[in-house]
Amino acid sequence: MNKFDLATDSVRELNQALHDQAKELTEREWHVSNPGGKHNLVVGVNEALSIDIDGHAGYYCAGMNQKATVTVHGNVGVGVAENMMSGVVRVKGSASQAAGATAHGGLLVIEGDAGARCGISMKGVDIVVGGSIGHMSCFMAQAGRLVVCGDAGDALGDSLYETRIYVKGTVKSLGSDCIEKEMRAEHLDELKELLHRAGFNEDPASFKRYGSSRQLYNFKVDNASAY
Amino acid sequence: MCGIVGLYLKNQALEPQLGKLFEPMLLAMTDRGPDSAGFAIYGDEVQDGWVKLTLQSSAEEYDWKQLMGALEGRLGCSLDWFRNASAAVLKVQTEEAKVREALAELAADVRIMSAGQSIEILKGMGLPADIAERFSLANMKGSHIIGHTRMATESAVTMEGSHPFSTGADLCLVHNGSLSNHSRLRQLLKRQGITFETENDTEVAAGYLTWRLREGDSLKAALDHSLEDLDGFFTFAIGTRNGFAVIRDPIACKPAILAETDDYVAMASEYQALASLPGIDKARVWEPEPATMYIWERTAA
Amino acid sequence: MSDKPTPVLRESATFDRLTIQEIQRAAETGIYDIRGGGTKRKLPHFDDLLLLGASMSRYPLEGYREKCGTDVVLGTRFAKKPIHLKIPVTIAGMSFGALSAQAKEALGRGASIAGTSTTTGDGGMTPEERGQSQTLVYQYLPSRYGMNPDDLRKADAIEIVLGQGAKPGGGGMLLGMKVTERVAGMRTLPIGVDQRSACRHPDWTGPDDLAIKIAEIREITDWEKPIYVKIGASRPYYDVKLAIKAGADVIVLDGMQGGTAATQEVFIEHVGIPILAAIPPAVQALQEMDMHRKVQLIVSGGIRTGADVAKAMAMGADAVAIGTAALIALGDNHPRLDEELKKIGSAAGYYDDWQNGQDPAGITTQNPELSRRLDPVEAGRRLANYLRVLVLEAQTMARACGKSHLHNLDPEDLVALTVEAAAMARVPLAGTNWVPGQGF
Repeated sequence: MNKFDLATDSVRELNQALHDQAKELTEREWHVSNPGGKHNLVVGVNEALSIDIDGHAGYYCAGMNQKATVTVHGNVGVGVAENMMSGVVRVKGSASQAAGATAHGGLLVIEGDAGARCGISMKGVDIVVGGSIGHMSCFMAQAGRLVVCGDAGDALGDSLYETRIYVKGTVKSLGSDCIEKEMRAEHLDELKELLHRAGFNEDPASFKRYGSSRQLYNFKVDNASAY
Repeated sequence: MCGIVGLYLKNQALEPQLGKLFEPMLLAMTDRGPDSAGFAIYGDEVQDGWVKLTLQSSAEEYDWKQLMGALEGRLGCSLDWFRNASAAVLKVQTEEAKVREALAELAADVRIMSAGQSIEILKGMGLPADIAERFSLANMKGSHIIGHTRMATESAVTMEGSHPFSTGADLCLVHNGSLSNHSRLRQLLKRQGITFETENDTEVAAGYLTWRLREGDSLKAALDHSLEDLDGFFTFAIGTRNGFAVIRDPIACKPAILAETDDYVAMASEYQALASLPGIDKARVWEPEPATMYIWERTAA
Repeated sequence: MSDKPTPVLRESATFDRLTIQEIQRAAETGIYDIRGGGTKRKLPHFDDLLLLGASMSRYPLEGYREKCGTDVVLGTRFAKKPIHLKIPVTIAGMSFGALSAQAKEALGRGASIAGTSTTTGDGGMTPEERGQSQTLVYQYLPSRYGMNPDDLRKADAIEIVLGQGAKPGGGGMLLGMKVTERVAGMRTLPIGVDQRSACRHPDWTGPDDLAIKIAEIREITDWEKPIYVKIGASRPYYDVKLAIKAGADVIVLDGMQGGTAATQEVFIEHVGIPILAAIPPAVQALQEMDMHRKVQLIVSGGIRTGADVAKAMAMGADAVAIGTAALIALGDNHPRLDEELKKIGSAAGYYDDWQNGQDPAGITTQNPELSRRLDPVEAGRRLANYLRVLVLEAQTMARACGKSHLHNLDPEDLVALTVEAAAMARVPLAGTNWVPGQGF
């Protein structure tokens, strides 16, 4: 196992070693200690490495992740797994705002709460949150699935495209063009599979589904108040 | 555009270490605000009937002794003072207005950074490490403290433009963000008799709170009003005589994080400013909700 | 025969025919007008400046014998691999989606022949573009359509877009007729939606957070690539300072004459400031931070001729970028299209409905029949010719001012024809030593 201690090693050394490792691939297991809320930890990883971060991380942890499995044993700052392409990022604690922003693929699991704008502009990632999420989550979200075992804040799914949202708890308010939709058998199956992959023991039947009513897809005079 | 930090001690046994605990928090926000820094520390309270003021002079070797002598003669009452780098802390047994009047006459170039029974505001240009060293932050004692590191957006990098801004007796404000309607608001506040020293948007927010409090608002009511009247993006931390408050605008883009243990409540723009605090790994850590006021205050002594 | 004179119809200056037509259009449709291109109104511009050629007090250089350098290096502040361009005229960001794949390829071909860079846009990187562009700047926009780390690593530089001159503070737009299967696929959008991009980045707001974002992109790309920050000109003095504080290698400053694929007409005509007014405060900011020529400044928005290039550089730019002019060089608005343009309610020289995707030139369209009309090789050659002319013209003027390199042009080589231009460009009114606002 490769070990990095950020009390003495720099973030630059860590990321460079991870990028170099991706080329040679001799060591799959990585352990990072004393992250201390530092920013840009394990960003741009491009190989199927397994990385454990032992503590809290700052902004953009595991940003643009490809293939790697990253586990943060703590909280994360703004934009965890932003623009992730594939792989798995698991946060044992809570996440700040813009978790999984614009991410294209892979699975992001947040065991605690996620802040505002969770899944903003998401483009195909699956996000499963054990706790609650903040306001403006899934703003302009385009594709992928968001599962929330707790509650959702204001303006959920505002200006949503084709992302599917599942929330177990209450939704404070829905954003423009976001509506509750019928939970059909295929959705229960999809949700069951997501919860299973994320490791949450929840009953899919206790969730509600939300999605786009597709009324804002084209400029129409009736929608002027939403522009 | 800046970094904010605050530390409020619940455990009084830690009070001698306040500056020591706080200094690394301020330094951790250097990247967010390399232009200037400052803090407001609460402690060393004066008795009722006394007032404590923090004064700053732009002259490096200002003759504080001479000024204090003249002031004592002019006011004819007990006076106690000490110098801290470019600042002086003055304690005097009289009303605040009388000291302000006397200082305006005797030393128009000396700026009053804060006034109250507990607060001292110390700030200046430079890196947070320079400011901390200049005022010997690590040796300071007190019950709570809020600080700021500044990346100047539209107004000049000056001592006056540094945070915290005083908003009244024992009250001050620090800000991360950018207000979009400060110009019109400044005109309104000027008509209400509020004076401004800078073109800084945060000074307008501070002036706004001063005005609301003067009009009889409670701190909570003043902050509720600020959510209606201030436009733009902000995270505010407000220091009060007994504690501190945190509030974010309804969009809440500018970061804020809170941590609480049995010993303290801490607030910062980023977690890394909290990482050095003892017991932080066991603290409750969360983000303040938009348009929601958080306040910690000990019951008045 | 009557003695009465023929009555003269008087057009209102306030309610002119265009204004009346717009009120009627608004009353009819209930929604704002969207179009492409840049502002059409007359603005103080480089035409209001003149260069002072040498005579007795200065010595000019010989045109064909004495060298006048044109190369520029961008990204020298932090990047391990700065960009070396042969000419200081680059191609501005324009998306695949707004433009056809053929047009993007042609831009790459033309720029590569001329020795300069092209830039992606709000829609990801196409293989056609990467393949044909020797030097490609990859834009990082609020929407992050098609953004991925593989393309990030393929790019030669990364441009973080805060805004553009046509609409500082506004997001991108692409109307449904251009959101074809391929465009929609690249942007992960449903086919045919009227795409509205976000105006702010999803995961940072303000310079303190931008500093962390820039550090992230540097970390992902191992500090190799220059990071540009593109700003729509509105408060350039502050924005340039903040971009420097946030860690930019290069600043791209786009004036209000800069074009767009699709935006509200009112936005295009009424938000932002002309490039002439934007350069001096930007250069002042760079100089005050001792970063002029260390952080390079690329300016854009209405660059058309070598004279514009020379004047922009004299004002302190390290390079310029062209968008609309490049499209015209490829064949946009060509007179031979006049009849076809008239069928869609426009005419050659007027066409700005780039949002509609019906461009008979095959440039601002996704219609396969139309876009096939553009031969990328031929159009690329036209662009290369045009770029060559821009540089030759700029060199001609620089030599006349006695400069052996374009970057030695100086504000002191400029005078203004109008008081407005003198005040904005901070150069004296011609024949005087009066710079308005700066005393005598």
